[in-house]
Amino acid sequence: MTGYVQSLDLACGALLVTAVVIVWRRRLSAIIRTFALQGTALAAIAAILAAHGHDPRLGAVAAGVLVLRAVALPWLLRRALGSGPDAGGRETRPLINVTASLLAVAALTMLAYAVSRPLTALDPSPAADAIPVGIAVTLSGFFVLVTRRRAVSQLAGFLLMDNGITATGFLTTADTGLLVELGVSLDVLLAVVVLRVLAGRMRDVFGDTDLDDLRELRD
Amino acid sequence: MSRLGIAGGVIQVLVVTGGAPVLTGVMRQVRARLEGRAGPGLRQPWSDLRKLLRKEPVTPAGTGELFRVAPLVLLATTVVVAGVSPFVTTASAIGPAADLFAVVALLAMGTATLALAAIDTGTAFGGMGASREMTIMALVEPTLLMSVFALSVRAGSTNLSAIVTAVVRDPARVASPAGLLAAVALILVTIAETGRLPVDNPATHLELTMVHEAMILEYAGPDLAVVELASSMRLTVFLGLLVTLFVPWGIAVTAAPLALAAGTAAFAAKVTICGAALAAGEVFMAKLRLFRVPELLGGSFLLALLAVAASVFLGAA
Repeated sequence: MTGYVQSLDLACGALLVTAVVIVWRRRLSAIIRTFALQGTALAAIAAILAAHGHDPRLGAVAAGVLVLRAVALPWLLRRALGSGPDAGGRETRPLINVTASLLAVAALTMLAYAVSRPLTALDPSPAADAIPVGIAVTLSGFFVLVTRRRAVSQLAGFLLMDNGITATGFLTTADTGLLVELGVSLDVLLAVVVLRVLAGRMRDVFGDTDLDDLRELRD
Repeated sequence: MSRLGIAGGVIQVLVVTGGAPVLTGVMRQVRARLEGRAGPGLRQPWSDLRKLLRKEPVTPAGTGELFRVAPLVLLATTVVVAGVSPFVTTASAIGPAADLFAVVALLAMGTATLALAAIDTGTAFGGMGASREMTIMALVEPTLLMSVFALSVRAGSTNLSAIVTAVVRDPARVASPAGLLAAVALILVTIAETGRLPVDNPATHLELTMVHEAMILEYAGPDLAVVELASSMRLTVFLGLLVTLFVPWGIAVTAAPLALAAGTAAFAAKVTICGAALAAGEVFMAKLRLFRVPELLGGSFLLALLAVAASVFLGAA
């Protein structure tokens, strides 16, 4: 029992730390590497819950999550980064500087803890205690999504948000249902493929993926 | 005030004062060897201190009492922290002074006094160094408080002795998210506060980048010796806090001579290993741009805050 609680807490801690590192780092290649680690942590959460509840279906979901989020999505992101002159480049000008972003994430984490109090109070268990972590990751993902300029960074923010939602799903419900999980995963995969193609096209046409340059219409 | 606390206090002051320059020597030697140099040897810092102490005291014209008192305040605060913190034994010589807030305030007082002395010299470098040091300190102190807080939540007390005793009784609690996050934050804080790479480079006097060296540029002779000794003792104290809070193995819980000897040996070994690892890491690191330092420290503050949050909310187990 203690081993279960401790490993679950560790996996949730890893999830939160990787989210912070994604906000912290500037190099997109480093962000993608951290993202793969986060996928592994997420799969670990599912695997730990599956082992605790003796649920083979959740175990299968964990394996699927590992393949999708630790291997496939980082690979697609790396492809989206391209091999041009700015391959592995930096997020040049985030709308909010890194120090302020980190403090904002701190505030968002506190907010997540505050709003999830009623949820954890419903059914106090080690998994329910970790719900704030999932919500905090979701909020930080949303924050990255709205404060970054380059398309790939925003993509990373979108995926961070999705990781948070998935983690919250695992932690709140004992059984999400294999079909729902499969549908959500395919949805995310499709969204990333489409965005990757879009980012590639944008880079081919404009030479950059700074979305702020796309505000005006020209003929 | 117990026998264990008094014995520990006396041993700690002696070990930290005598061992701190040796630790500096070890770190320089490790660095030199990894860079392919022969290195000056482990006793060089003590020889330097002896040489400086024999020199005639000189103070720059126009400086006041503060300039002369600052090295002693720095040394005195560090000695008090070295005496009261639970390094060798779990008990403290002066219980209330081993409180988290008292220890952090004492360490901050030393830094602030040295910065005031640097401003007192009226030189451009002194002011620059002081302003940089204050920028770093403003971010370091809250992080330091937060990261130890994360451990104190479970111990139910902000007294360092109580925290260490709780960790000794239940070593598994360090391997929780709160413990790991707090450890990373405390390592970053230690590096920043003791002026090591990548925040400050202790080996150079380059105008554009120096922080600590700029503050003590006007000191010479015995005053410089006191500042140097206090600086290396601060490094030892920070590393000591790090190892006793997170890996308190071998710490003495009884006043038996054998237990005290084992505690002293364990403390010396752990701090030396930590210092050597820090020096080895520095070889592979470049100094961070000064404007990037707040980013690093902001990150470590966030980690410390998350550690506190995790210990409160995940800590039900």
